[in-house]
Amino acid sequence: MTSTIEAPRSPYTRSAKKRGLNWEKWGWIYMRVSGVVLIVLIFGHLFVNLMVGEGVSALNFAFVAGKLASPFWQTWDVLMLWLALIHGGNGMRTLVNDYATSRISRGILKVAILLSVVSLIVLGTLVVYTFDACPAGSPADLLPALCSNL
Amino acid sequence: MPQTAGTLDSQQKTTSRRPAGTLYRGNTGMWSWVLHRITGVAIFFFLLVHILDTALVRLSPEAYNAVISQYQTPIMGLGEVALVGAIVFHAFNGLRIILIDFWNAKYQRVLFYVVIGLWVVTMLGFAPRHLINVFSH
Repeated sequence: MTSTIEAPRSPYTRSAKKRGLNWEKWGWIYMRVSGVVLIVLIFGHLFVNLMVGEGVSALNFAFVAGKLASPFWQTWDVLMLWLALIHGGNGMRTLVNDYATSRISRGILKVAILLSVVSLIVLGTLVVYTFDACPAGSPADLLPALCSNL
Repeated sequence: MPQTAGTLDSQQKTTSRRPAGTLYRGNTGMWSWVLHRITGVAIFFFLLVHILDTALVRLSPEAYNAVISQYQTPIMGLGEVALVGAIVFHAFNGLRIILIDFWNAKYQRVLFYVVIGLWVVTMLGFAPRHLINVFSH
């Protein structure tokens, strides 16, 4: 059997162009586009929750429920949820590809990342769109002001 | 495996006792990359916890308040300064990466110092106000 030995220092050649979507390219673009949007969303989130008024010491159910009762903050938080989890999950995938040395550990870690990202996206989206800002039977002093107008 | 000329060159450099810095090794390029990874992992794990604690609003006001009050202790207040510091670095360095990719890589070093400068300014705006909120309650 004969085998050909490539000339030393021959340039790296890419395999023939695969058909279909270039997922790595779109992942690369996604990191940059979602990153820019996330800067606006997260800086806004941090400003409203930590800088306005008494910041972190004012956070409680009444504050969060008051925010999540409005479609504006629902959209804001759900966008942040999806963009950040996929951005973070894809970043973690990059680290696993770089640092996990065996095929099996890479597979296990990437499945774990995928499962946590998908389950938290489902959980977070359901919470935002199914939650009640004024749950029946709760003490009024724990509820947002809008509940007393019902 | 055939090796490219570029690979051999960089391997030759590593035999030197003090390797010369390249875009990614031993200099601002490497440290910004290391910090970007570390802050990214830290933010990812906080995000997982933060979605779970926020999900408690669906359970009951009492359950949510019990957990969120844990974020208002002095130790967690310091942790929040570290978290915001990580987010602000990751955000500004992410913009630096985009500028390197789409504008011009030769400004990467000066852009790193711009990132550090903007980080210091942002943290000076955030940390005192946040720490006053944490420690005066």
